[in-house]
Amino acid sequence: MQTTLKINGESWTLDVDPRTSLLDALRHHLDLTGTKKGCDHGQCGACTIILNGRRINSCLTLAVMHDGDEITTIEGLGEPGRLNPMQEAFVRHDGYQCGYCTPGQIMSATGMLDEVSQGWPSHVSASLEGDVPLSREEVAERMSGNLCRCSAYPGIVRAIRETAGEVSE
Amino acid sequence: MNKHLKMDAPQKRVLDETAQGTLGRPLDRPEGPLKVSGRAAYSAEYQLPNMATGVLVRATITHGRMTSLNDEAVRGMPGILGVFTGERFLRNPAQGGAGKAPVQGASEVAYLGQPVALVVAETFEQARHAAQQLRPTFAGEPADTHPEHAAQVDRPDKKQLDQGDVDGAMQAAAASVDVVYTTPPHSSAPMEPHASVAEWQGDRLILRGSYQMLKYNKKELADAIGVAPENVRILSPYVGGGFGSKLGIAPEAVSAALAARELGRPVRVVMSRQQVFEGTMRRSETRQRLRLAVDADGVLTALEHDARVSNLPGESFSEPVQQATHFLYRGENRRHENEIARVHRTCAGSVRAPGEAVGMLALEAAMDELAEAAGIDPIELRKRNIPDTHPENGIPYSARSLAECLDEGARRFGWGQRDLRPGQRREGEWLIGIGVAAAARPNILSDSRARVTLREDATALVETDMTDIGTGTYSVLSQLAAEMLGLPVESVEVRLGDTDLPPAAGSGGSWGASSSGSSVFLACRGIRETLARRIGCGAEALTLQDGVATGGNRRETLRDLLAEGSIEVEGHIEPGETAKEVSQASYGAHFVEVAVSAVTGEVRVRRMLGVFAAGRILNEKTARSQCHGGMIWGIGSALTEEIAHDPRDGHIVNRDLAEYHIPVNMDVPDLDVTFLEERDDHASPIQSKGIGELGISGAGAAVINAIYNACGVRVRDYPATPDKIIAQLAE
Ligand code: FES
Ligand code: FES
Repeated sequence: MQTTLKINGESWTLDVDPRTSLLDALRHHLDLTGTKKGCDHGQCGACTIILNGRRINSCLTLAVMHDGDEITTIEGLGEPGRLNPMQEAFVRHDGYQCGYCTPGQIMSATGMLDEVSQGWPSHVSASLEGDVPLSREEVAERMSGNLCRCSAYPGIVRAIRETAGEVSE
Repeated sequence: MNKHLKMDAPQKRVLDETAQGTLGRPLDRPEGPLKVSGRAAYSAEYQLPNMATGVLVRATITHGRMTSLNDEAVRGMPGILGVFTGERFLRNPAQGGAGKAPVQGASEVAYLGQPVALVVAETFEQARHAAQQLRPTFAGEPADTHPEHAAQVDRPDKKQLDQGDVDGAMQAAAASVDVVYTTPPHSSAPMEPHASVAEWQGDRLILRGSYQMLKYNKKELADAIGVAPENVRILSPYVGGGFGSKLGIAPEAVSAALAARELGRPVRVVMSRQQVFEGTMRRSETRQRLRLAVDADGVLTALEHDARVSNLPGESFSEPVQQATHFLYRGENRRHENEIARVHRTCAGSVRAPGEAVGMLALEAAMDELAEAAGIDPIELRKRNIPDTHPENGIPYSARSLAECLDEGARRFGWGQRDLRPGQRREGEWLIGIGVAAAARPNILSDSRARVTLREDATALVETDMTDIGTGTYSVLSQLAAEMLGLPVESVEVRLGDTDLPPAAGSGGSWGASSSGSSVFLACRGIRETLARRIGCGAEALTLQDGVATGGNRRETLRDLLAEGSIEVEGHIEPGETAKEVSQASYGAHFVEVAVSAVTGEVRVRRMLGVFAAGRILNEKTARSQCHGGMIWGIGSALTEEIAHDPRDGHIVNRDLAEYHIPVNMDVPDLDVTFLEERDDHASPIQSKGIGELGISGAGAAVINAIYNACGVRVRDYPATPDKIIAQLAE
């Protein structure tokens, strides 16, 4: 089936099997392998991308459902030599080890900060309304859909909070 | 030129005299920008021209024979290129360091979930669909699947120990404990599923695979498919975590290689998450009995540690439960009885810190129980029982900072404020407690080679088939070469993960950094000798810093010295006598504060500190991350991680990441890690020891001990899930 996806500002038209997940469309058909597959079942977050402004697990949706949709993948955030502040903070705080969950963590953190700026509360928020102070706990809670078996969580939390301006180096 | 060293004697601390000052510093990983931008390519991500995709199919019986592939219908499905099976398929992955194929043959089924066929198609979607439709037929045979009820239980002589009179010492004890602990099976669950892309170039197989120990993997793969090792090349520049599960060649690599040869085109096979759980390695469950006795001074007189573990029939690996027990504490009367139940469950193999990861869950919790029974502070009890010489064979210890780790941790963590009596601190619904445990992991040096080239432009190239599975190899090897050659670290390029490069120790057993680091160190020492000759001084008198060489009253830039040609040296480290003459290990101490809900029995880890001493630290940042990883695995094994086998057929019920609970971000507090300054001259010429598994050793026991201190509930059946705690809290 013909589908047009707007990925990282560029338009791609592809002819895919309707069974192709959005994740596999990226990885197998567009050579955008920065988005990772850890479980293919929405259980790990390695495949997180931003779809029309919101973070989603790209393994849980089919490519053909997204004709015309705007997608941002890790490749769209920055590249070596031109990393964005979140990517740089992950390097500085060693917010990864093997690096396999990392693009998903960074995409998820990007989407998460946007949710926070819109005042979305979380399970650990003291109040359902008003500004959300980005405490350690808030970040950890909101990032718990992204598993890291290397267990780089301490660095991940620090990198995100620093990027959000909550703590300075 | 070659530079070889067999580690037969303690070595001089050359790296304390070099001038560059880069080694040990917490530098960012050189490959970091590639990883955070999604540009580091993992095995499944090579898109080769004309590549086909394969999906594995599993056995649906526990034990017996596959009687027919029953593949006629599937072969006619769209895009299908072939259905493969046969006597070369692997029953399970090779054990770490095997160097030859494991048990082969898809027709003999030994566990439910064993990969028995590969469906290959033009696209992943076609292959997946056909694989789901394939219904091989099987003839089942009876099978033992429970280690406690297995008919065959091996008791190998070399895994038993009986020294002195344990029973007598138990009777004469001033205080003693006799307790049974159980730990469930665990899964490595690396975030990157096992993946291979096989491509034949003439007679030569190029395999892009996610593997930890390439020099062994090359031989295992060659043996499995029946070609000479020279005709196999494995590439693994990036590995998305391994933790033991990628030590040995696995079913996806062999099936991809066979299918690719048959089809004459590249084939990619990626395991699904469920297949990783079922078809790679699990850590065996354990049942451990500990009998500990102390005299009136709190000195251990008896230490018995028995274990029952399990594995498939015929597998030589068994979880080495007492690996730390052998040398950690005193006790002249000692016994280890080991039993291996033969069961038809997913193969058991190495998972991060085989031995200590579960052995110390029991030993260090039992020590806590003993401290209470003897009325001695748990730290004091441990310190009184640090042996003078190895309690089993009498050899001395190399650098050992266990007491210092315990003391430093106690000071930093506020141990002095702890109330020895459980259940004394309460904050609303939460009962608060703290606990301690020792960490110990034997140090191993393993044969390793690396080639270092100092090029005319005063940059260096390090080449070895070593892997970086997140462990920081790219970092530590570039820092070692930079330190030895007096270069800024940016001037060192490190190429890893290619079996055409000099064979290294591989990533396993925490030996990677020290072993491959030593080979790089030796190569650089050879380069320094040549530079010294060129400048006209003795190698000892040469100083290298920021691309400038000084020696014998001369000062030259490296570029000038290299005008007559680049210098290439292969370094080769080999373990030697120091491995036998002294007991070498990394040590540490874990401190944990937990809150236990009096209402639900839920446990939250609120604070955690690890103090470690592992010889020279090569990069403080990556070393710290390794410790974080280990400690968090400790939290997982204490609180949530557990493979559940179906009692009827042994299959893994919770074979995905929603049901097998690894720690998530919210389960982990901000960890504190401190390294004590140490050099171990017996360990390697760079005085470093292993660190990748140290952090998990004992960590979970500190959590369990903290739970006891919080609420008086002693969980001896890991993990400490709320149901187990609340049941005892109510009493
Ligand atoms: S791959 Fe999508 S959530 Fe795991
Ligand atoms: S960095 Fe390896 S899984 Fe997160």
